[in-house]
Amino acid sequence: MTTLTDQEFIRYSRHLLIPEVGLAGQEKLKTSSALLIGTGGLGSPIALYLAAAGIGRIGLVDYDVVDDSNLQRQIIHDTNTLDTLKVDSARARMLGLNPHIQIDTYNEPFTAENAMHIASGYDIIIDASDNFPTRYLSNDVAVFLGIPNIYGSIYQFDGQASVFYAKEGPCYRCLFPTPPPPHLVPSCAEGGVLGVLPGTIGSIQATEAIKMLLGIGSSLVGRLMLYNALEMSFDYVKLKKNPKCPVCGENPTITKLIDYEEFCGVPGHHIDAMPSEWDISALELAEEMKNASLKNISPLLLDVREPHEQKISNLPNAKNIPFGELASRLSELNTAQEIVIFCRTGNRSLHAIEILLGSGFRKLKNLEGGINEWAEDVDNSLPIY
Amino acid sequence: MNKITILFFATLRTRAKRSTMELELPNEINIADFKKILITKIPALEASLHHTLVSINKEYAFDEDIIPEGAEIALFPPVSGG
Repeated sequence: MTTLTDQEFIRYSRHLLIPEVGLAGQEKLKTSSALLIGTGGLGSPIALYLAAAGIGRIGLVDYDVVDDSNLQRQIIHDTNTLDTLKVDSARARMLGLNPHIQIDTYNEPFTAENAMHIASGYDIIIDASDNFPTRYLSNDVAVFLGIPNIYGSIYQFDGQASVFYAKEGPCYRCLFPTPPPPHLVPSCAEGGVLGVLPGTIGSIQATEAIKMLLGIGSSLVGRLMLYNALEMSFDYVKLKKNPKCPVCGENPTITKLIDYEEFCGVPGHHIDAMPSEWDISALELAEEMKNASLKNISPLLLDVREPHEQKISNLPNAKNIPFGELASRLSELNTAQEIVIFCRTGNRSLHAIEILLGSGFRKLKNLEGGINEWAEDVDNSLPIY
Repeated sequence: MNKITILFFATLRTRAKRSTMELELPNEINIADFKKILITKIPALEASLHHTLVSINKEYAFDEDIIPEGAEIALFPPVSGG
């Protein structure tokens, strides 16, 4: 007795025609479940293709709202769903595509406190998150639940994908036992990303998820796929399980979820730059510059953005040292002069202040909200990006 | 001496300002020593290399693995974007 309705037979006709899927496979997808962590760049194509494929129950975890700057790549969302919850926006689009499935939404950050509760009962986890704490958390949850974690990650033009399934191969921690130091690896918000890149990598994750649920083909278990869009190259690295892995090795030292934000030294969700004692607002800076120019003692404006960002917006007479080069170019700065540091939104500049403090600089200020806040409050002729 | 080829990916490409390079190494050295030598050639990599996935001839390599003659070594930093 089939579980598919007449409407579903028509809908899934092209799946039913492939012997590797067929009726049994389509019924399997209908009774399967997948938990998607993140409904952003990677999550968009994953959610759409899993919904279209007829995965019976799909969970969506995200706490964010749809923003203008998302729509260059997060194609499940829409200009009409700006400022609405991403999980709601995604759910509506998925049910519009396929009303025969169930979508469960979790409008909250995925954390050590709620992760096991949310994830238990799902057949697979798909890691479409955008930060290291959530990636380590997704990995550990999948290891503890004994289910596959379909991994994908992107940076500018580079993408990585794999399937971490500790029962059959290595996990994320086997490859990357310790996270990189905070702020060494730029996020999409800091480093930028080609809009179509998450389309490519997310589609590969969706493919792997469907294959794992069906139990067909050769999965990416034990292989890391590396894609570069500029060179249009696909490379594969054969992976090994690390016998010393702290979660899936022979003598695991991590047997329950830990504090992932502490482990990675960064928050697992986006927060606006924390207010700091170094902050100066755009309006205060404008006032200070007006007074200082009367006394002829202007502070140095230090722009730690990348050179190509200066073509978008600029402050007059600013000196540019990209954040990544700052540590090796300190000799160009004078500890006696007051320095006001700025970037796009005030995050990189705050990390720049940490570097400068460590090298004896004390007369420092951080332009709160970055040049975008200056554009908003002081000089409306500049674009906000 | 052992002449190897190094491939840089993602953020390492930016830091090393190149995508590939050739390097002469003493014979029979392991990945941990190779990393130290590479840092002397490209100091900008120092902060990143300890957290980078290394492969020898497209197979994952641990720090203690010995580098064979004429190997292709690829360096894949973790990326987190989504």
